Amino acid sequence: MSTAHAIPAESQGAASEHTLVKFGMWLFLASEVMFFGGFFSSYMITRLGMKPGVVEAWQEELKPNRPLAAINTLVLIVSSLTMAMAVASARKGIKNRTVLLLGLTSLCGVVFLIVKFFEYGAKIEHHHYPSSHVLYAFYYMMTGFHGLHVIGGLIALWLFMCLVSKKTADYTGEANYGNIESMGLYWHFVDLVWIFLFPLMYLI
Amino acid sequence: MSSEHGHQRTYNLTFGALVFFTALTVGLSYVTLGHVGNIVVGALIAATKATLVALYFMHLKGEERWIFTIALFPLALVAVLTFALMPDVGFPLQP
Repeated sequence: MSTAHAIPAESQGAASEHTLVKFGMWLFLASEVMFFGGFFSSYMITRLGMKPGVVEAWQEELKPNRPLAAINTLVLIVSSLTMAMAVASARKGIKNRTVLLLGLTSLCGVVFLIVKFFEYGAKIEHHHYPSSHVLYAFYYMMTGFHGLHVIGGLIALWLFMCLVSKKTADYTGEANYGNIESMGLYWHFVDLVWIFLFPLMYLI
Repeated sequence: MSSEHGHQRTYNLTFGALVFFTALTVGLSYVTLGHVGNIVVGALIAATKATLVALYFMHLKGEERWIFTIALFPLALVAVLTFALMPDVGFPLQP
């Protein structure tokens, strides 16, 4: 491991723990790929098997949501940038900057959910429910589960903001930033899911 | 210090590329490339963006091979899941 070389011999235990935490997170993300992969593949297969005109009619109904969904895409991309910068700060042991960047990341997550709230509100106002059409069932299921993942990420972000601010435990520095790094991996994954959800659901 | 600045530069470039590809995919969605054409182009741009996030934000570029294996294995399974069913809907046996 490239980072192991930079770690002094006395913290090699921390280095192997770091590797284990990262290993666990990647395994979890692999299971998450299968979770969302099942949704995506069944959604695409369902769409491809539909009669001509059905998907197009549904796309027309989703078209008004494009600008908001595009804004949400940019919000999540910004959050991924701040998350990557937060991990870099945590690695360098700069606590205040880490907390600030985690805060900015969580702010983006909150903005994403607020936009989503208005989007769902407009859909329900127009009487588009999960039971309206199988494509709406996919829409609510996939964006809903993605939203739940954002909420989960927010809880983790706020938890780490508290933990990093505390003076009793150290979650920053070359030997101790593994937990924040793994949380970053999760947050980037949530962004990744949206990167596929946005074009496949709203654009095409 | 120079490598730290290098990291920030990589993050900024990745961010710029992601914004560019988002604008591109939104723009192309208003151009008709045919039903399958739009899906293929949209999926390809999404895959490019996902690769950028994975390589540079998730640091897969500097990781060892076993992490690549963990990351790629489920993607291969999802591809099998999708493409194995496609003949059934794309080429139905009965009209």
